[in-house]
Amino acid sequence: MSFLDLKNVTKIYPNGTKAVHETSLSIDEGEFMVFVGPSGCGKSTLLRMVAGLEDITEGDINLDGKLMNEVDPSERDVAMVFQNYALYPHMNVYNNLAYGLKNRGIDKETIEQKVNDAAKLLQISDYLQRKPSMLSGGQRQRVAMGRAIVRNPKIFLFDEPLSNLDAKLRIQMRLEIKKLQQKVGVTSIFVTHDQVEAMTLADRLAVINNGIIEQLGTPIEIYDNPKSLFVAGFIGSPQMNFLDGNLKNKTLSAEGFEIKDINSDFEGEVTLGIRPEHLSQSENALISLKVELVEQLGSDNLVYGQLKNKKDFCYRCPGNQTIEKGSNLSLNIENNKYYIFDKSTGKRVN
Amino acid sequence: MKIKPLQIIAHIILILGVLLMVVPIWISFASSSHDSVTILTEGMKFHIGDQLARNYNEVLNEKGGWSEEVTAAKMFINSFIMALGIATLKVVISAMSAYALVYYRFKLAVPIFWLIFITLLVPLEVRIFPSYKIVSDLGLTNSYTGLILPLVASATATFFFRQFYKTIPDELLESAKLDGANGWSFFIDFLVPLSKTMIAAMFIFMFVYGYSQYLWPLIMTTAEEYWTVVMGMKIIYTESYEGVALPRTAERFAYIILSMIPPVLVVVFLQKWFIKGLIQTEK
Ligand SMILES: Nc1ncnc2c1ncn2[C@@H]1O[C@H](COP(=O)(O)OP(=O)(O)O)[C@@H](O)[C@H]1O
Ligand SMILES: [Mg+2]
Repeated sequence: MSFLDLKNVTKIYPNGTKAVHETSLSIDEGEFMVFVGPSGCGKSTLLRMVAGLEDITEGDINLDGKLMNEVDPSERDVAMVFQNYALYPHMNVYNNLAYGLKNRGIDKETIEQKVNDAAKLLQISDYLQRKPSMLSGGQRQRVAMGRAIVRNPKIFLFDEPLSNLDAKLRIQMRLEIKKLQQKVGVTSIFVTHDQVEAMTLADRLAVINNGIIEQLGTPIEIYDNPKSLFVAGFIGSPQMNFLDGNLKNKTLSAEGFEIKDINSDFEGEVTLGIRPEHLSQSENALISLKVELVEQLGSDNLVYGQLKNKKDFCYRCPGNQTIEKGSNLSLNIENNKYYIFDKSTGKRVN
Repeated sequence: MKIKPLQIIAHIILILGVLLMVVPIWISFASSSHDSVTILTEGMKFHIGDQLARNYNEVLNEKGGWSEEVTAAKMFINSFIMALGIATLKVVISAMSAYALVYYRFKLAVPIFWLIFITLLVPLEVRIFPSYKIVSDLGLTNSYTGLILPLVASATATFFFRQFYKTIPDELLESAKLDGANGWSFFIDFLVPLSKTMIAAMFIFMFVYGYSQYLWPLIMTTAEEYWTVVMGMKIIYTESYEGVALPRTAERFAYIILSMIPPVLVVVFLQKWFIKGLIQTEK
C-alpha cells in the first residue's frame, strides 16, 4: 500500500450532487500530486475528503497505513492551504504559526524554535508580530504556507492557493512552492484549474473531469500522450486544434487533406487533434492556413487563422519568423505528432 | 485647514446634543450639594453648594427601611451584584447557545432557534407569577441566585451572536480543525476574541437591563438586605409623604447621582474594547 491510498472514493452531497465518482488513486511519500480540471469538476471535494472536511460517501482513504474514513480532521495530521488563506485574523503571524503546535501540547521553547525556523524559510521573520490584515497578498500566502510547514504534517493539501494573487506573484510563488516542497520533502496534493500551474508543479498529474480522473501521469506523459479528447483539449496552451474527419482502412480523411498508414484499426467518425507547436511550414504541405492574426510573444509567435473550410486554427512558430497578416501558410505535421479520437466517446484511437 | 460652514453647523448640532445630555445631570449634581430647604424654596441650582459631603454621607450611610438596617450603599452593592450576574451569565449563555446553533448542525437547530426567539414575546413581566412560583419553590427567594437566575436567558443576545457567527467564514473553522482545535477551543480561541466588541456591547446593554430591574426584585425580596437601587428610589420618593418632615430633595438628587455610577463605570471600563472593535473589523 502506498502512502496515501484512495480506493473507490465516491462523494454524493446531501442535495444529491455526485461530485466524485469511484475514484482510486495512490500517492507515494514525498510526491507532488496535482489535481487539475475545470471549475466544478470535484477537485476540491476530493481534496477535502482527504483532509476530513467532507464525509466520504463510499470507499476508503488510507494515509500512512491507517484508515482515515472516520478519523477527525484534527487527528489526521494533515495541513491545508486555502484559497483565501483562512489566516486567523485576531492572531499575529507568530501565533498563526504557533497555534497548531500549541494544540499538540508542544513546549514553548520548541514552538518558538519551530516557528522561527519556518519563518526564516519563508522569509516572514520580519512580520511575526503583525496581524494578517497588515500583510500583502503575497505575505499572507507565505504565512499560510508557514502555518502548514511548521507542523511538519504527513501531507500538505493546497486548494487553489495562488488564484488570489496577481499574475507575476503567482508565477513567483509557484516556483517557491515547488522549491519548498522539494526542500521539505512532504507529500503534497495541489488543486488548480490552471493547466500551466499544474504542468509546472506536478510530479504527477491527475486530470479530473465531472468527478472522474480522466488521466493520471507525469506532466510530459499527459502532454505527449493524452488519452482522451478532454485531456488533449485541457492540457497545453494554446489549445490543441481539433478537426473533424473520418477513419477507414488506416486512412484518415479530414476536410481538405488525407493522412495514410495510421496506426489504428478504428473505423468511423473521428476528431483529429494537432498541437499548434507540432506544425512546421513547408512547400505543398497538408494544411493551408489563411493568417488572420499574429500574437508576438517574443520567443514565439502565435498565428491564428482559418483553414479552407473556415475552421479556426492556430500555429505556433519561433519568434524570429515574420508572418504577414492575410498571407497563406502551408503547414505540415511534424513527426506524425497528431492524435485521433473516437468522435462519439472521446477516447484516443491511435 | 479651512473650516467650512457645514462643519460649523455640524458642530453646533453636536454641542447642542451634548448639552442636552449633560445639563440635566449637572443640575442634579449641583442641586445635590445644597441644603434641601434651599432647593425647596429657591428651585434647582446650577452651582455647587456647601452641603456636598454631608448629603452624600447621609445618603450612603443612613440606615433606613422598617428594620432601620439597610443603607443606600448596600442597595448599590445589591444592584451591582445582580446586574453583574445577569449581564455575565446572559453573555456567556447566549454566546454558547448561538455557537451550538450555528456550528452544530443538528436537525432541531432551526426550530430551537425560533423557540428561543419567540421568548422575546414573553418578557419576565408577563411570566412573573410562574417565575416567582418556581423560584420560591426552589427556596431561592431573598437570595442573589433568585434575583439573577430567572433573567439570565436572552433571546436578543443569542440572536445577535448567531448573526455574527454566521458571518465568520467556514474556512476559519476548517483551518482551526486541521490545526487540532476541538469544539471547545474553537469557541475560546476564535469566536470569543473575534466577538470581543459584540461581547462588550452586549455586556453593557445587559448590565443596564439588570441594573434597572424593578418588578422582579420587588416581588422576590422580602428581606431588606436584598433591596436594590430602583426599589430604593421608590422608597426615597415616598418617604416624605409619611409626613415626618420636609421632603429631603437634595438627598434625592444625591441618591440619583450615586445610582448612575455603577453603569457609568461599566461603560468606562468596556469602552476601549467597544470602540476599538467598532473602528477596526478583523475578519
Ligand atoms: N457543500 C456542497 N453541497 C452540494 N454540492 C456541492 C457542495 N460543494 C460542492 N458541490 C458541488 O460539487 C461539485 C464539485 O465541487 P468542487 O469540488 O468544489 O469543484 P472544484 O473544486 O473542482 O471547482 C460541483 O458541482 C459543486 O456544485
Ligand atoms: Mg475548488
